[in-house]
Amino acid sequence: MSRRSASGDLPQSLEVGRTYRIPLPALAAFSAVLVTVAAVLVFFVAPNDADQGFSQRIFYFHVSIALTAYACFAAGAWKALVHLWKRDPRADLESYVAVHQGVIFGSLVLMTGSIWAKISWGHWWLWSENQLVLFLVLFLFYAAYFMLRYSVDPGPQRANLSAVYALFGVVLIPVSFLAIRLAQHFIHPIVFTRHGPSFGGWILVTYCVAQVAMLVLAYTLYRVELAGKRLDARLRELKEVLA
Amino acid sequence: MSTAEKYVTAAYCVVLALVAAYVVIIALKLQRLERDVDELAGRVEQEPEAAEREPAAVG
Repeated sequence: MSRRSASGDLPQSLEVGRTYRIPLPALAAFSAVLVTVAAVLVFFVAPNDADQGFSQRIFYFHVSIALTAYACFAAGAWKALVHLWKRDPRADLESYVAVHQGVIFGSLVLMTGSIWAKISWGHWWLWSENQLVLFLVLFLFYAAYFMLRYSVDPGPQRANLSAVYALFGVVLIPVSFLAIRLAQHFIHPIVFTRHGPSFGGWILVTYCVAQVAMLVLAYTLYRVELAGKRLDARLRELKEVLA
Repeated sequence: MSTAEKYVTAAYCVVLALVAAYVVIIALKLQRLERDVDELAGRVEQEPEAAEREPAAVG
């Protein structure tokens, strides 16, 4: 962070930044529209599930938020790899923000999942369910990422340690995703089978819209947080230059 | 409203509340950044005045 650029007196991070094709306000408006459309489809268009009834409607957001959390963790690992591979100074911050988004969406998965479990199973949590426990392990693993990151002083060492940790965590994603298929007792419903999704019609349309809405929302929040973090870093360095 | 409907509504409210809380946190952070920018701008405005007051080195 404190490295000076070769071209002038300003720190290097003041000169780096990524330009995006989609402006942030347009992206935010698009995600708001998509989330609203998804909510309307969930409550007013999608039919009640024959087996689970009204409570199945939680799944439109629960499953799409879960897959979005996986995508965020995967993106964090990818950015971590880019950081370790190319020593790109932007990638460390991008990896951190992606993991942060993953943890936010992960906490939503745990909360919405617990509410559904209370309706269907009569319990907020079941330790005997591999899918639940493995997702909790994945969530806690990435929650510990922040403890590691903030226990080391800012600099290349912190960036490298965080990148390696984020990269290792990605191994847990397929384990968590496949746990439901490898488990002996199928209590947790399986949405995606080898032959495709286990539903069709308006249920499938609603799920697809909800999935796109959550991905766009996550990307918007990622861009907002990243912009804030970059601005914060640039201001801190400007203060150092002016001091 | 049935029990299932109450729980489903609660689930969606949780999602909405968490996203709203996140937006509020980001908004508070942006306010702090705005104050920092104002402080820096004030410092930059003061610096030329201070430089004018200082005697310039000659020769």
